[in-house]
Amino acid sequence: MRAIRVAVQGLGELFITLGVVLLLFVAWQLWWTDVEAGRSQAATTRQLEQTWKHELTTSPPAAKVAAPSYKQIPMGKAFALIRVPRFGRDYVRPILQGTELSILDEGVGHYVQSVGPGAIGNFALAGHRVTYAKPFNQIAELRPGDPIVIETRTTWYVYRVVSHIIVTPDRVDVVAPVPEKPGAKATTAMMTMTACHPEFSASHRYVVFSRLVQTLPKAGGAVPSALTAAVGP
Amino acid sequence: MYAFLWRRLPGPWPVRAALALVLLLVVVAVLFQWGFPLLAPLMPFNDGTVSK
Repeated sequence: MRAIRVAVQGLGELFITLGVVLLLFVAWQLWWTDVEAGRSQAATTRQLEQTWKHELTTSPPAAKVAAPSYKQIPMGKAFALIRVPRFGRDYVRPILQGTELSILDEGVGHYVQSVGPGAIGNFALAGHRVTYAKPFNQIAELRPGDPIVIETRTTWYVYRVVSHIIVTPDRVDVVAPVPEKPGAKATTAMMTMTACHPEFSASHRYVVFSRLVQTLPKAGGAVPSALTAAVGP
Repeated sequence: MYAFLWRRLPGPWPVRAALALVLLLVVVAVLFQWGFPLLAPLMPFNDGTVSK
């Protein structure tokens, strides 16, 4: 009799413990990953800005560096910043090479097989819709015409949103050089952003297409007007 | 299980309570730092990429 009582009590405690661990997991996933990733992504952003500033002051402007080959950037390395006025005045996140899960936890990921910012073809990015500081949390609020500003070491690239679609996760054609037309030859500089959809689900992807409208060298301290202009309704 | 743990902790009850709290925090820290990150990739809402 005593043995049964001890067993039942032990089992009960085990289940209560599992329940508490499950709640802790939810708290970790929904809250702590945001805190941790937010800190780390802000640090990456600061570091990138500082490196660029340092290079700007130390290397003579005449020493023109060849445009980097974006395919050769090592996995997980931050190489650009993304600003989206629609997501907030202060919104800025690092763009890292690669779209593996461990990389997306550190910022916005660049599809390795896609071209770099500003190039003819499709500059394709993926980001978390929820958790890990959720860089693309408000992706569904983007409207046609909204600017998306990419900053690299030397250049500002301003894209404007064209359209969005919701697709199944196997639709790799959305990141093709000509979005949705795999195999077609690219003639314009496009950008694709992908995030999961609906929130907290992996059943679909929310995809936003944008087109390059402005390329502005950073030399001379110019800043694209899209960053200071008011955001549309 | 918990009653057993409580009996094994040394000292008067305030000391035991403090020790139990420390133990709890250690467990939570280990889960946050190493346990949950292993579990997260299996969750359905963390993938925002398109792939074959």
